Amino acid sequence: MNITFTVADRTGQTQTLELPDDINLSLMEVLKASDYPIAATCGGMALCATCHVEVLKGADQLLAPADAELDMLDTLPNATPQSRLACQIRLNERLQDAAFALMDTTLS
Amino acid sequence: MIQTDLCIIGAGPVGLFAVFEAGLLKMRCHLIDALPQIGGQLSEIYPKKPIYDIPGFPEVNAQTLVDNLRKQIDPFKPTFTLGERVDGLTRNDDGSFVVTTSEGTQVHCKVVVIAAGLGSFEPRKPELQNLEHFEGKGVVYMVKDPETFRKRRLVIAGGGDSALDWAIHLSSIAERVTLIHRNESFRGAPDSAEKVFKLAHEGKIDLLLSANLQAVNGNGVVKSVSVVDKDKSVKEIETDYLIPLFGLSPKLGPIAHWGLNLDKSAIEVNTVDYATNVEGVFAIGDINTYPGKLKLILCGFHEAALMAQRAFEFVYPSQKRSFKYTTVNGVNAF
Repeated sequence: MNITFTVADRTGQTQTLELPDDINLSLMEVLKASDYPIAATCGGMALCATCHVEVLKGADQLLAPADAELDMLDTLPNATPQSRLACQIRLNERLQDAAFALMDTTLS
Repeated sequence: MIQTDLCIIGAGPVGLFAVFEAGLLKMRCHLIDALPQIGGQLSEIYPKKPIYDIPGFPEVNAQTLVDNLRKQIDPFKPTFTLGERVDGLTRNDDGSFVVTTSEGTQVHCKVVVIAAGLGSFEPRKPELQNLEHFEGKGVVYMVKDPETFRKRRLVIAGGGDSALDWAIHLSSIAERVTLIHRNESFRGAPDSAEKVFKLAHEGKIDLLLSANLQAVNGNGVVKSVSVVDKDKSVKEIETDYLIPLFGLSPKLGPIAHWGLNLDKSAIEVNTVDYATNVEGVFAIGDINTYPGKLKLILCGFHEAALMAQRAFEFVYPSQKRSFKYTTVNGVNAF
């Protein structure tokens, strides 16, 4: 099965991504592979926040963030109640029809 | 001016190991790092995480790896400039270089090795209009000398450990400390959070929770900050300083303007000797890119070894390089 969701970059330009649901990747890895400007300094340990995204739609479908992610989000100047770290979101059917916006400015 | 053979920018694992490979070839090294300690990401971001892909170590704690690297390079007596970011690179007529830091430190060297990972760690900045205009004029991102703030009014923004710790510490020095945090509670160390609430209760810290910075105001210097609370009402707080403490994030910084070929934020190198397009300047570790690049510490170690072989030709142009195994020759300290 394929899943589709949308991603808005820092300029607001939105693109729909369609991916098979059986590839074992995080949303951060998918965004990097799709050439979005994400540094992913820590490689996916919820320790650098360079994959900071805002969930514009579908937040309730996602698994709740763990403590490590909440701790990191708490330190960010521009975090909102919809903020997540893409490295902590697994690519699966929960992402169907969700919408994300990139929030980190490291590489933009 | 500091004199050395190789000036290594970045004291992470790859920069540290480059000292070893250079040392075997009798080349001296000076390392510069923006962080106040060596170890790069390993010490700053994940000191307690185990690493599983260092050859010969089934599992090694990140900080332990840094400590071991330090021990391994000690015989070659590297020197360090820590807590300063590199700014300028100039080339002398004889082909040597002068690297200048943010604090004006100058390093004269024959070879420049950029081992800067994803760049230098710089403070995360809140997205406020005109924030840059007030930097150094009331907006500061780190507390270097607490005495600067004696009898002054401060606004600290942030909810992590450093925001809590500085709010506590500075509350006994400053005239008034206001701590602004986005949430209702703190996720930092519970002891510190408790102390902040206690100081707030005693009237020693003004605590604004569920509040966000909206603007920084002033005429040349900071006069006040505007804060919006959960009811969307805006409050203006008069202050001498705004100290945003939102952790650190890596930036390529001034290196981006050194005339090096870049691909996104990575420096292009060839895989023969990890040289950049600028003669005498090499890039190793996570900062470089080439076809098939893998951002692994072990790949950076390999790159350091090959870089050193080529760097030898810049440091000792009239000598012939002879390759020797440490098992045969040992490690001959300086």
